[in-house]
Formats: sequence, C-alpha cells, structure tokens
Amino acid sequence: MIYERRASPLHAARAAVASAWCVVLAGVSLSFEHPLVLLALLAAVIAAAAGARVADRVLLALAFTLPFAVVISLINPIVMREGLTVIARFGTVPVLGELDVTAEATAYGGVLALRALVVIGCFALHSAAVDPDDLLRAFRRVSFRSALTAALATRMVPVLARDARRLHDAQRCLAGAPAPRRAVVRAVAAGALDRAVDVAATLEVRGYGAARRAPRGGGRPWSRHDLAFAASAVGLSLIGAAAYAGDWEAFEAYPTFSAPVDARLLGLSAVLALCALLPFADRRGVGR
Amino acid sequence: MSAALLLDRVSYRYPGAATPALRDVDLRVAPGEFVVLAGGSGSGKSTLLRAASGLVPHFHGGEFTGRLESGGLDTRTHEPAQIAAVAGTLFQDPETQVVMGTVRAELAFPLENRGLGAAAVARGVEEAALALGIAPLLDRSTHALSGGELQRVALGAALAGRPRVALLDEPTSQLDPVAGDELLGVLRRLNEEWGTAVILAEHRLERCLSAADRVVALHDGAIVCDADPCGFLDWASVHAPELQTPGARLFSLAGRRPLPVSVKDARRTLAADDAGRLDLAMRGQGAREPSGRRRRRRARVEPALAFSSLWLEQKGGATVLRGVDLAVAAGERIALMGRNGAGKSTLLRVAAGLVDPTRGKVQRRGRVALLLQNPGDYTLRDRVGEELPAGALAAAGLEQLADRHPRDLSGGERQRLALAIVLHGERPAVVCLDEPTRGMDRRHKDALTALLNGLADDGTAVIVATHDAEFAAAFAARTVLLGDGRPVADAPTADVLAGGWYFATQTARILGGAALLPEDGAALLRREVVVA
Repeated sequence: MIYERRASPLHAARAAVASAWCVVLAGVSLSFEHPLVLLALLAAVIAAAAGARVADRVLLALAFTLPFAVVISLINPIVMREGLTVIARFGTVPVLGELDVTAEATAYGGVLALRALVVIGCFALHSAAVDPDDLLRAFRRVSFRSALTAALATRMVPVLARDARRLHDAQRCLAGAPAPRRAVVRAVAAGALDRAVDVAATLEVRGYGAARRAPRGGGRPWSRHDLAFAASAVGLSLIGAAAYAGDWEAFEAYPTFSAPVDARLLGLSAVLALCALLPFADRRGVGR
Repeated sequence: MSAALLLDRVSYRYPGAATPALRDVDLRVAPGEFVVLAGGSGSGKSTLLRAASGLVPHFHGGEFTGRLESGGLDTRTHEPAQIAAVAGTLFQDPETQVVMGTVRAELAFPLENRGLGAAAVARGVEEAALALGIAPLLDRSTHALSGGELQRVALGAALAGRPRVALLDEPTSQLDPVAGDELLGVLRRLNEEWGTAVILAEHRLERCLSAADRVVALHDGAIVCDADPCGFLDWASVHAPELQTPGARLFSLAGRRPLPVSVKDARRTLAADDAGRLDLAMRGQGAREPSGRRRRRRARVEPALAFSSLWLEQKGGATVLRGVDLAVAAGERIALMGRNGAGKSTLLRVAAGLVDPTRGKVQRRGRVALLLQNPGDYTLRDRVGEELPAGALAAAGLEQLADRHPRDLSGGERQRLALAIVLHGERPAVVCLDEPTRGMDRRHKDALTALLNGLADDGTAVIVATHDAEFAAAFAARTVLLGDGRPVADAPTADVLAGGWYFATQTARILGGAALLPEDGAALLRREVVVA
C-alpha cells in the first residue's frame, strides 16, 4: 500500500501525531474484548478511512485479512480447553489429545478475529494516510543508521517491484512459453544488489549523512488538525485506561461466555467511536 | 575564487578492470562556465562526473591517482555527502535517483541533509520547484510519476541547494524534444542567473552545443579535445566525425565554413553566402524522402498489424488512447513520435498484447515482437550462451560473447542480444521497439538502423517509438505523430519531420524542411551552388 497525499484531516496532521493516533486506536482495541466495543471500533476505523478518503484501500486490506480472521476464529476452539458448553466432541486426536469444542472458545475465537480486523484496519489506515517521509524524518533524529536502512529499504521496494513488472512484461513479449516466475524472481533478486548500489549512490550525492544531526522540524506551528488528532489520541488513551481499570465492559469469555449489553457499555462504545471520529469533522485547511 | 572543478592528472581504474576509465585528465572549469562533455559510449564521461561527485573512488573503490577538487573540496579528503553541498549530481536512470515518497520531500531531502532549518528548506523547495516548472507536482507521489517527470524532479533535487557546480549525466535522455529543450533552457538560466557551473555529458550534442562555453571530448578516458564549440566542431570534422552535430555534418559535406554551432548560425551563414537564392530555391523543393527510400504506396493488402477505433481508458485514470486507426503493411518502417505521455509506449504494448484495449480492435497477421525500453529486462541467466541457442547467437553475430554475463555487455551489445532474444522462435510479422536509441552514440545508432533495415527488407514491419528525430529520419519511411492519445500526423517521414518545430531534424530546421538528413541537405546545397 503506497501513501498518497489526499485532502483529509488525517493527511493534514503531522506524521508523528497521525501515526500516534493510529497506534493508540489499535492499542485501545487490544485493551477491550467486548464484541460490541470492538464492532464500534471497527466501524470507527472504517468511518475514519472514509473521512481520510482512503476507504477503498482500508477495505481492501480488511478483505485480505478476512481469511486470516476466519483461521484465527477456527483455531481458538481447537487449541483452547476452556468453557463449559461442549458443542462437539472429536475424541482423541493425535498431537492435540482429547478434543472437545466449546461454545465459549468458539465465541472467543470470533472476538480475537474481530480484534485482529480492527488492528489491521488501523495499520492499513496508517500506511495509507501517514506520510512515511515525514515519519522517517522524525525517526532520523532518533537513530541515524536505522533511518538510513529504512530509507534504502523503503525506496528499494517500489524499485524492485517495478523491475519485476518490467521483467515479467519482457518475458510476455517472447515467442513460446515465458520463463517461469521463479526465474524472474531470481533475476530481480540478482539485480537487487546493483539497484541497491544505485539507490545508495543517490543517497550519497544528495548529502545523506552530511549533517549527522538532522535539523528539528522546529518552527512548523501546530495546525488545528495536529491539535485535534493529538487530543483525540489522548482522549482515547484515557477512556481506554479508565475502562480497563474500572472493568466497564464486564466481559467474561470463560467458563461461560458473558457479554452483557447495558447503557454504560453502549455509552462507552459511542464515546470511543465519537472520540476517534471527531477530528474528521473539521475539514478546514485539509488541502495543501 | 577557486575553480568550480579542478582535475590535476587524474587517473582512475574501476576495481577488477583491465584498463583505466580515466587517464591523466587535466581539466579546470571556472565558476559559471557551461561545459559539455562529448564522447562515444565508454569514453569516460560518466566516470569523470562520478569522480567529480566524489563517488569515485569513495563509493566505487578502485585505484585513483591525481587530485580532484569539486566546488573547492578535495575529493580525497571529503566524502560524497560533504561534496553534495557544493556539487549537485544527476545520473542517467531517474528511477533510482528518487528516494522519497513525494516530490516535496524529494526536493527537501538534500536541504535537510545539509542541516538547514525548516524555513530555509521550505523556501528552497519552492524555488527549485518553480525554477524547474514542477510546482504542480509537489504533492504528487513519486511512484506515480512518468520517466520524464522523475528526471525533472531528480534534477530539482540535485539543484535545490543551489550548488556551485551541477554534474549532469545525459539529463535529457528520457525526455521528448519539447521537455528536453525546456530542461536545457532551465539549465542555461541557472547558469546565467545563479552562476552555477554546469558540466553536462550528452550524446545529442545538437541539443546543447549552443548553450556551451566549452566542449571537452573524451576518448578511452583521456581528453582529446578541449575547445569552444566552434573549435570542437572543427576538430570533430577531422578527428571524430561521429561526434559532429547534424548541422556541422551538413556544412562539412557541403564544403561550407564556418561550421555552425546552432540552427541560427547555420541559417545566417547560408543567407549571407547565397544572398537569399537558396531560400527561394528551397521553397520550390518541398519536402523529400530520406535518401535510399522509396515511398511506399498504401497497398490494399491485408496489413501486418491494424488498429481500428482503439481506445484505452484506465480504470479511475486517464484516457491513454483515443480512437486510434492505424494500419501497418509488411516491411514498413514506421517511427512513432510524440511528447512524453502521448501514448507511444502504450500503443506498442497494445500491439504486442501486453495491454488489452478497452474498446476497438487489433488485428495481427502473425506474432508481434516488442523490445521494451530496457534491454536488460530480457536477460534472466548468468551467461549470454544460456539465453539463446548457439545458432541464434551466431546469426546475431554474438557468438564471441557466449561466456560473458549479460550485465557485463556494453549498451549496444546488450541491445543486440535483447533483439536477438525477441526475434528468436516464430518469425514475427511486426517488430516494435520502444526508445531503442536512448543513451546511444551515433556509431551504435547507425548499426541499429542497418539491423532494422535488414529486418524490414525481409518483410517484417518495424515500428519504433522514439524521441530522436535524427534516428527517425535515417530509419523510417513513415512517421506517425501521436498527440493526446491519437495520431495527429501520419505521413511520409519527409513530410512530418520537415515541417515541425520540435519534431524536426536539425538539417530540416536549417534548410527550412528541404531535406532531413545532412547527406541529402549537402547534396542540395552543392546543387544550388552549381546551378547558381
């Protein structure tokens, strides 16, 4: 997934803040287990993607994740021995031993799958809406060598992808059967060193590393979107921490599955989604 | 003030190389000078630029002797990243020269690397973008740019820090004539207004000679000529005819002097010599075909390749081809010309079946072989001998290279190998080539022209997408000019290339379209003298 600047509040926020907001959103989903809260967070992620005008990309990433989510939901009841409501008995299975599938483990498998979807959705949103160059710049101040490696690696990915596409096209131009895919992959890999040398030479002649300490981004004033997403991230963190500490969701997976829905839980879900989405309401100054 | 570039008895040998790439080079470039490096492939132009940027020897290793100062910094004691502050460098391949995700970040990158503050970086980005005419691209993703756009962005990044010296290795090789002229205009302005010394390696000298203060010619790594453009042309007419510009070749063959640096010089000389007679005579001549070509009548036989009402509309993107109707007869030689993004490469890809049109029909009377822009893409193995059977290698005259690695071949050899690979197997009805002369010197171009003429003489239709008007004039009998995804001109090459401003040969511009090639133009000039 390639970053592309679009006219949205999330794109308009500075990369460090936008990145932190995405990470906090993913982190909050890891601190909740109630399906209703997770569904609210998933809806918030999709709505945020729409607000950032990258819904197509995030939905595509979620569609690719769906099979993995199904696998997670199927594996959990096989490996978990918890739960009182047995819904299927498979007897003794090699390696696994006595295999009884319980309703609780099956339901919790669904919860884990839902959580995985929220986390993947957050990182897809991160990839599509957070400027990697800005982020790299921020990292460069922390670790020069890591940023150099990251710069080289991030540039090499599209270069090698283009090489592979070109080689594949060239093979299609030949009479007879084209070379097998592994031959193309081998040729791209063999050329990767040459390409890396070219890219590294470019980094050199652009002066990378001349100023050992990169300048601080200093001077760039905080925009309304920087402030809004920073406030949202802080709000999400506080709500998440409070709900976790106060056990507001009252969720139990084992021994019996309990996910009560009451006004407090509905309120928590609504507040979390609202807190995540409020920064998208202000669309002033989202272009460049 | 110290020299912008100073080489004092510089010699250099790449690691493992048998012969040196630079030999005892002495060169001094003054601040604000515009120097063009001339020479055939492998003459040492690129190595000299890499040495000036400090990559030789710091990055490439090898044996380096002598002293080189770039922007006043000794390359023996300063690393390339430090030299980057005073010397902006641009290489040939734009794809590996863009390292950031957006154009804005790319232009900011060298400024940030110099430790400039945010305000200075922002200002530098804006100024470089305006100077290079890439302000509308600032927020575009670099992954989405065309080759020509990438080249301009890379040039912007090289010049963003307003270096004392700009080191440019064939910056116009990816560009159409319009964009190439624009870029050279920008370089000239930077040179004149900012005082930036420019050192430009270029094969198509006719493009840049008029901007140059000096021309330095290299051969086998040594300087063989260092003179002003007029002096260089005089030297080349005797010692290196393959380096002559078409205008100078026209004058040499016609026995006229002085040899012209620009079209304007040539016209002025002709006007003075012939007091207007020539102009009147030429108007009567009209456009003619290149020598040795017979105009082919569009025979009513089934074409080797035909497009009818061909459209290509990208999903969620631009319309690349708009209702193209085109028929190609067996044995025809066609040049496909047009600006970057006009649809030339896409049309060839549709012809070869790599891309399906969204509407319209493609009729092929046999296989369509396509040689894409990078011949290296056709070689997947470790030995040339493994790419083709011995017989096919011998037929292509490459049998002596069988044990070499394809990456170790020269540009011309690699292209011949790629063409042999493409032609191997079922005999193609049509051969398409996409920008085959990019970065090629005249000797290799002449060899390619002969090879393609041989194919056409055997009945294979040949279509070449090119920006190189001189090559098109030498090779093609018919030229199709694409504009905005459709043919805007489709006529004998003599008609298309004689009347254009940008898509015209230098000879045609000098002679008002009366001839395309120096040989034909010289014959015309000699005839006029005899008549007079």
